[in-house]
Amino acid sequence: MMRLPVFRYLAPKSSAEAVRMLSTEGPTAAVVAGGTDLYPNMKRRQVSVRTLVSLRRLAALRGAQAGPDGAWRIGAGTSLMALERDRRLAAERPALHAAVKSISTPVLRTMGTIGGNVLLDTRCNYYDQNFEWRRAVNHCLKCTGDTCWTAPGSDRCWAVNSSDSVPVLIAMGAVARLEGPAGVREVPVESLYRDDGIAWLTKAKDELLTELVLPPPDGWRSHYGKLRRRGTFDFPVLGVATALRLDGDRVAEARIVLNGVGSAPLRAKEAEAFVVGKRVDAETAKQAGELAFKPAKPLDNTDFENAWRKKMVKVYVRDGLLAAARA
Amino acid sequence: MAAERKDWKLVGRSPRKVDGMSKVTGATKFADDLSMPRMLHCKLHRSPVAHAKIVSVDTSEAEAVPGVVAVITGACMPIPFGILPVSQDEHALCRDRVRFVGDPVAAVAAVDEETAFEAAMKIKVVYEPLKAVFTPQEALKTPEPRIHDYGDEGNVHKKISMEFGDVEQGFSEADQVFDDVFFFEGNTHLPMEQHATLAWRDPDGKLTVWSSTQTPHYLHRAMSKVLEMPPSRVRIVACPNGGGFGGKSDPFNHEIVVGKLSMLTNRPVKIALTREEVFYCHRGRHPVLMRFKTGVKQDGSITAMACKTLLDGGAYGSYGVASTYYTGALQTVTYKVPHYRFDGVRCFTNKPPCGPKRGHGTPQPRFGLEVQLDKIAERLGLDPAELRLRTLQPAHALTANFLKIGSMGLGACIRKVVEASGWKDKFRKLPRGRGVGLACSSYISGAGLPIYWNALPHSGVQLKVDRGGGVTVFCGETEIGQGSDTILAQCVAEVLGLDLLDLRVVVGDTDLTPVDLGSYSSRVTMMMGNAAIQAAERARELIAKAVSEKTKVPVAQLEFAGGRVFDVSDPTGKTSMSFAEAAVVAEAKWGTLGTVGSYTPPPSPGRYRGAGVGPSPAYSYSAAVVEVEASEDTGMVTVKKVWVAHDIGRAIHKAMTVGQVEGGVYMGLGEALMEEMSYRPNRFGVHKMPSMLEYKSLTTMEMPEVETHLVEDPDPNGPFGGKEVGQGPLLPMMPAVANAVYDALRVRVDEIPVSPEKVLRALASKDRRFGPTSFPDIEMPPVTKVPTPWQGGSGRATEHETQAGGVRS
Repeated sequence: MMRLPVFRYLAPKSSAEAVRMLSTEGPTAAVVAGGTDLYPNMKRRQVSVRTLVSLRRLAALRGAQAGPDGAWRIGAGTSLMALERDRRLAAERPALHAAVKSISTPVLRTMGTIGGNVLLDTRCNYYDQNFEWRRAVNHCLKCTGDTCWTAPGSDRCWAVNSSDSVPVLIAMGAVARLEGPAGVREVPVESLYRDDGIAWLTKAKDELLTELVLPPPDGWRSHYGKLRRRGTFDFPVLGVATALRLDGDRVAEARIVLNGVGSAPLRAKEAEAFVVGKRVDAETAKQAGELAFKPAKPLDNTDFENAWRKKMVKVYVRDGLLAAARA
Repeated sequence: MAAERKDWKLVGRSPRKVDGMSKVTGATKFADDLSMPRMLHCKLHRSPVAHAKIVSVDTSEAEAVPGVVAVITGACMPIPFGILPVSQDEHALCRDRVRFVGDPVAAVAAVDEETAFEAAMKIKVVYEPLKAVFTPQEALKTPEPRIHDYGDEGNVHKKISMEFGDVEQGFSEADQVFDDVFFFEGNTHLPMEQHATLAWRDPDGKLTVWSSTQTPHYLHRAMSKVLEMPPSRVRIVACPNGGGFGGKSDPFNHEIVVGKLSMLTNRPVKIALTREEVFYCHRGRHPVLMRFKTGVKQDGSITAMACKTLLDGGAYGSYGVASTYYTGALQTVTYKVPHYRFDGVRCFTNKPPCGPKRGHGTPQPRFGLEVQLDKIAERLGLDPAELRLRTLQPAHALTANFLKIGSMGLGACIRKVVEASGWKDKFRKLPRGRGVGLACSSYISGAGLPIYWNALPHSGVQLKVDRGGGVTVFCGETEIGQGSDTILAQCVAEVLGLDLLDLRVVVGDTDLTPVDLGSYSSRVTMMMGNAAIQAAERARELIAKAVSEKTKVPVAQLEFAGGRVFDVSDPTGKTSMSFAEAAVVAEAKWGTLGTVGSYTPPPSPGRYRGAGVGPSPAYSYSAAVVEVEASEDTGMVTVKKVWVAHDIGRAIHKAMTVGQVEGGVYMGLGEALMEEMSYRPNRFGVHKMPSMLEYKSLTTMEMPEVETHLVEDPDPNGPFGGKEVGQGPLLPMMPAVANAVYDALRVRVDEIPVSPEKVLRALASKDRRFGPTSFPDIEMPPVTKVPTPWQGGSGRATEHETQAGGVRS
């Protein structure tokens, strides 16, 4: 079987101590929460981590609370299963609840955390392989190699952001709270990501994601649609979050976020602009789907053929808009 | 065999499995659970290139890693091996050539797995790359460089051409001739348990090997040959397998390697493969391109069938010659085919070797045949169920290719699923996007001939009766999760009137148990069962004679039931005694009590070259209706429900039979919808996704409700009338799904898997079809012509053939 490499395990008792440890240890340190993604990646030698800084003792990072105005504060260390079992979340934020419930399998949701899903390493069929397999292609750009096998002519990495929670959090306008050596800052979740499979986060390595803040619903309604081969286990090959604020029966504001089709989540801004001021009927939804289809550029590095995945953007945006309008 | 009796105590019921509690409580020891003092761990260094000459192997850096005890290369094991005598083309470690990404080149034994891995990665191999081929079409066009220096020519491993009767005459008698091309993508077994082996050559010079193998007997032969040790000093213990499905029925390089390493280090050496390495072991379903030309009359009767197959064999022979024959063997046992022709070609390619997976070589042509029948039925305006019922082979028929059918319950199976599914109200009547499809199949209950030529029994059972009334049953069979240990105990307990808990089974151990050829070809219940009944009946006879002598009750009056031996006319009288008391009486009379039983299949009527593949003591039959939902938007297909009927002859263990049917349905639906072994030829030939996450097979979320019906018409050759169930029920799934998709959307996907991309392409295409359009022209050897039974044929080919060199499986 595949074994973990040797590593040091640090267990800070406060977020401040965790941040100090991350700063001191430098780039070979990594945060571990549930470990459901990190440990397999370490077994496959995708990441060379010498020190793990565990969040296990940071009880303050766990738990989700709704304020009287309907805003939510979700600790980054809250397990996905805890969110799945949160009835109030299911009632008030069904799209986020659906996204969380669709992540991987029950066993992994029990260990995995929402923070881990928000910061999920980008994925690629050339990267998510064991060491011996990667040796056969002389490794790839994301991990010690010099070629991106997804697009060998390209000088960048095209690994895919495959988080289910991220598109919904962006569509809801969520804010991420980061604690670093210089103090605490709050940034829109949307600004956490970069269109680069290797450096996919704007967060500094020694910054700790501690909390996610969902603003009050304020008339927004949303939906998450996930495309994958099977009803469990699989990462999204396309995730579409749609959020609408209606004024009467017309759209006042819209957010359409695609994930799983690029290194960063993608706002379908043309489609968003198109639906504003319109009633969300079958025809509008269909045309919005066509507009969202254009900017999505899935490549051949996940399950399914990329051309088919691109086509599915039309279907999922269309259906997502109709579902959000009904929500 | 004792099939007439109606008051079975155990047969036909569902007693608790003899290994059930151990399995569910985690007490069962699989090969990877084993550990010994001073045990070393082995890792293999595998080729990162698809095809190359090995120029040099430098192990010095690996040897220098602290904790490394031995590093070996192919130089120390020059003798080749392989499962078939005609394909001895593997080496435990590659010597001069690597043939696919993953081919093992060197091995390390070290004090722990991490050290072994680290050292294995430090082995330096210099390769001289060779042109690699990844499809059989490429292989046909690329005779050089050859992947092997044997085979029919270039990179063609095997060519077969046989004609039974006269197909041209048959086609000339047809009202319509259908000509279709299909493709079935390769897929793999995906057993839960990854292969593991522990080997120890003890100080007394005996080598013991514990392994997750389905075929300890064949492994015994291969180990003995390659390691140059007499079989008497090699002992193979087949651990319970966490699933096999054909993926553990070859002798494997890693098994031989740890044997060699133990001999060199004088320490136990263990290897536990990673999931990726299991993908490299493969031996799974061959990708097959096929062409079916079938002539029919207006009433649906078949006048002739010509089937061509092109198999992508991968890098080694494995069972491939037998697989190739199997792609042409069983077309004739379901429907009447008066003239039949088969042309099969297997090529070598630079990918992990293909071999036998559940259904071995027959699911691919079954898919083509059953989809073509659906097309024929539509063109003729017949209901597909009715078409099949009209053309069924009768029971006890002899087919065009001289396969002797026994009991035949396919008609009953079709009627069951048609009725249960409400077929007549659904077929071509459901709303768009919803559809039903029907398909049938048949499978062998054990191959009629062994893998290597011999006149010995295929299964042997020894039975020991203890003074305390305990019975130990010894048999070389291998429990791979299918329940063979329970069937073994059940057969003996039924005859001796005992409880299953009164028996102990000792299995799969070449030192302790008589040979059983292995858990493959759906042969175990048929062959081991008959051997077990024979051994038990002999024991019963010994005991009955002794008891009769003592009690003066005539032997014919004595009954064995409920753990007692008694006079049927006076069950509770003075002469009644416990089985243990009877055993004491018998031992006093005969001495130590032990009996044996064995089974050899009946000779098959076919006498032509190639007649060794296809014959079986009995054929099982299955029919299935599948209901699907298929989306025009996405092309996604969801199976809503499966109705399946299986002609089992007699279900010896009801719950396990149904379990096997459901397991077959599960695996078949995975093949139908998503499973595929994909490679990236433009990226050095790597496997696209050798992992449980990215090689897609069904989860419980995709598994629909399955309604299973058993058809029980005892077969005269079967133990208690039983036939196989381990493989047959998988076969109808793939064509039934494709036919259901047609019913739902009126598009043909003539290719497995039926993925959403293909459905959408079919919807967008002019002819509403997705699939291959042509079959390559391949020059074939002179055809072996065999007159059919109704032409007065004797089973021999027209031109005289020598007996030698036939291929068996």
